Amino acid sequence: MLSARHYAIPISILISLVLQIMPLPIQVDMYRPDWVLIVLAYWCMALPNRVNVGVAFITGVALDILMGATLGIHSLALSLSVYVLAANYQRLRNYSVWQQAIIIGLLSALYHLVVYWLEHLLTDIYFQFAYLWPVITSMVLWPWVFWMLRKARRQMRIS
Amino acid sequence: MDTIFTRGPSLNNRLALALILSLVLMFADHRLDGFKSARVYMNSLMSPLQYLANLPGLMLSESAQQLTSQQQLLTENEKLTSQVLMMSERLQRFTILQQENRELRQLLEAPTKQGMRKMAAELMAVDNNPYSQQVMINKGAIDGVYLSQPVLDDQGIVGQVMEVGTTNSRVLLIADVTHAIPVRSVRTNIRFIASGSGTLNELYLEHVPHSVDIREGEMLMSSGLGSVYPQGYPVAKVTSVVRDESRPFSQIIAQPLARLNRLKYLLLLWPQTTPEDETQPAEPQADDPRTDTEEAN
Repeated sequence: MLSARHYAIPISILISLVLQIMPLPIQVDMYRPDWVLIVLAYWCMALPNRVNVGVAFITGVALDILMGATLGIHSLALSLSVYVLAANYQRLRNYSVWQQAIIIGLLSALYHLVVYWLEHLLTDIYFQFAYLWPVITSMVLWPWVFWMLRKARRQMRIS
Repeated sequence: MDTIFTRGPSLNNRLALALILSLVLMFADHRLDGFKSARVYMNSLMSPLQYLANLPGLMLSESAQQLTSQQQLLTENEKLTSQVLMMSERLQRFTILQQENRELRQLLEAPTKQGMRKMAAELMAVDNNPYSQQVMINKGAIDGVYLSQPVLDDQGIVGQVMEVGTTNSRVLLIADVTHAIPVRSVRTNIRFIASGSGTLNELYLEHVPHSVDIREGEMLMSSGLGSVYPQGYPVAKVTSVVRDESRPFSQIIAQPLARLNRLKYLLLLWPQTTPEDETQPAEPQADDPRTDTEEAN
């Protein structure tokens, strides 16, 4: 129990990384929610003293390596999104889950636009609205991830 | 939980630090290419996660294999047998042609070309990064895979190795926006550069003047220039030629012949670039011309 308590946050982040890179059929692939962002967002809202910009940065570098992107792109976008949450966590905690879902959607949009913008600076890609599908799926997924992680946190008494 | 007395630097400072570090990483990686050798270790470090992510798909295909009916296997076997027959008939002619070609080249005193080492690889994962077209394969540095090694499928050129890990490596597809491949028209021998468009089924031929003789349906093969891809492998087929005189160049779109969206088995090549290398393995390969085909299987 003690070990599960201590490793719950890293393990949940690792699982989110695996889900983020898991191969999916090409039809479903563009709707993949931002697992990493959602899990980081939950921990950042629940325990901002343990998970904030630093963890987001390290996770982002791991994501860059796993996705074969230029190092620093996802780390910058994730740090920025998590910073917004960490700066406002006291207000966001008081929102209902559905209001939080809208905030998560906005953050996800910010995240994708920052990644797109950086990629556009480095290579010359063009914007497609299909890049923003994850915003909607992340919003839909947020309440479920929120309830599940809160249950895990309360059961294991992670603080 | 002590949220009032935070330890360490403040949130703003942390953000500034993370942003600066990210920008430095980006600059070092993209402009200076500073992580070329470190990427091998980073990829190896991260490969357990990659294998883990691949597990469900692997289990699914395994169970699908277990469940194939005998009838399916029989029909597939029949199809493959007939295919082998056709192929071996072609191969018979090919050995004779190869010998003839070698003799003719010797008469011309041109350097003879020998076969090269090949190895079959399997697709591990397709990257879900929408901004770049890459795939992972299950061969790495311990199999002798090297940077910018050419990769093929059964139809044509797929791309080149972009990062090498210990047991897996990443392949940049020819359709990626950052990729370009020197090609040559089969009909006219005119050289072009085919650069990726970012979508899997399109390549652009760039800077082609209006006067160049090129038609729809024309085959393009690798020209061997740039010494990444060996000469003479099929690359793409021209699908549209638009000659708009108000623009400086004609807009030509080609479709890659390799089925980039349905990759499963890939072939890694070790082209021997220098003629000195070619002379040494020439003797054993001349005795047994089938060594490399066996390796490929």
